[in-house]
Amino acid sequence: MTLSRDEIAARVARDVPTGAYVNLGIGQPTRVGAFLRPEQQVVLHTENEMLGMGPEASGDDVDPDLVNAGKVPVTELPGAAYFHHADSFAMMRGGHLDVCVMGAFQVSESGDLANWHTSDPDAIPAVGGAMDLAVGARSVYVMMTLFAKDGTPKLVKECDYPLTGVGCVDRVYTEHAVFHLTPRGVVVADAFGTSLDELQARLDVPLLAP
Amino acid sequence: MIEICSDVDAAVRGIADGATVLIGGFGRAGMPFALIDALRRLGPRELTVVNNNAGNGDTGLAALLAAGQVRKVICSFPRQSDSHVFDRLYRAGEIELELVPQGTLAERIRAGGAGIGGFYTPTGVGTPLAAGKEVRTIDGREYLLEYPIRADVAFVRAHVADGMGNLVYRKTGRNFGPIMAAAAELTVAEVNRVVPTGELDPEAVVTPGIFVERVVVTDQAVAA
Repeated sequence: MTLSRDEIAARVARDVPTGAYVNLGIGQPTRVGAFLRPEQQVVLHTENEMLGMGPEASGDDVDPDLVNAGKVPVTELPGAAYFHHADSFAMMRGGHLDVCVMGAFQVSESGDLANWHTSDPDAIPAVGGAMDLAVGARSVYVMMTLFAKDGTPKLVKECDYPLTGVGCVDRVYTEHAVFHLTPRGVVVADAFGTSLDELQARLDVPLLAP
Repeated sequence: MIEICSDVDAAVRGIADGATVLIGGFGRAGMPFALIDALRRLGPRELTVVNNNAGNGDTGLAALLAAGQVRKVICSFPRQSDSHVFDRLYRAGEIELELVPQGTLAERIRAGGAGIGGFYTPTGVGTPLAAGKEVRTIDGREYLLEYPIRADVAFVRAHVADGMGNLVYRKTGRNFGPIMAAAAELTVAEVNRVVPTGELDPEAVVTPGIFVERVVVTDQAVAA
């Protein structure tokens, strides 16, 4: 059985190291937060200047001055800290952030990431903090479907879309498998209802057993 | 000398055509809405606006854009679900966009306020946003040369000011405020209240008054 989107999020959460400082991207990666266990003692960073971000706010807890990177109202946990925008990105580029989780249009076998622009001439370009996270976080985890809507693989030999970062992705979590991008190649660390041979038949990228 | 302005129109007086204006805020948090509205009423044109985004809905920065007062936007993320004013102007070729990765945007503003002439950052190496930029290898890693952003005016929203112009922010409303306040010739702070000098804990001051010229209290309701 392939994994649902929540099951992928849970699988990512399971792999986050204890005590890590983690940034979760907008969209699906935000769901990872719901599956982090208190004993993991993970501290969530949001690039709009906060460490110790809590769950989404509701009802009386909603405060217009307390939002996440997706502008959704959130809460603060004991031990939270606020800082300014330049310090927030110093935490990324300076190597202080342990893990970031982002979505992607494509990831290459050497860890190139494309997740900010589709090259559609009518699309308005927008990059946000993705390039800073890509080069800054010590580990970059990507969460995505393994195939685009038209069936083409998104784990590729080389990205066609404009890059966000070069050689920056460490792991790719999909509904079919978890891939570790290592110096020796793309390792299938875990597969869900499929086999390495079946995956290899659908991907151009050479796959290795763990 | 700090000027505590009696109203927002007094707080924006003198801002001229062609000015570069740093505007704080990330989403609605820390957005100096009253100052943006006052700037629209004042009416300077050919402005360059620096903000993380390019306006939402039809109010605030989006209204300034819709009024045709902005020639260029420098930001990291213009495209949002409700950025229809910017989208229309951009597609019609009526507004210029300089797209900057968010951390590079913040650091360029910080550098502007700190008197730094440029810096090398790994962000953007190997991407389309590296086009035309000097690449330098330092200790085996590639970096891009980026230049500071300085402005004529900064609008920031803080929580409390004192009579010296010292500022304290509130939660994620802080965002670009401290770095923008330092990077402009004229910094105007929109605050929830002004307390007598001496009432703010000096250890808790986030933006020292040296970076602030004008303060104005607005009635934007925020829980204390």
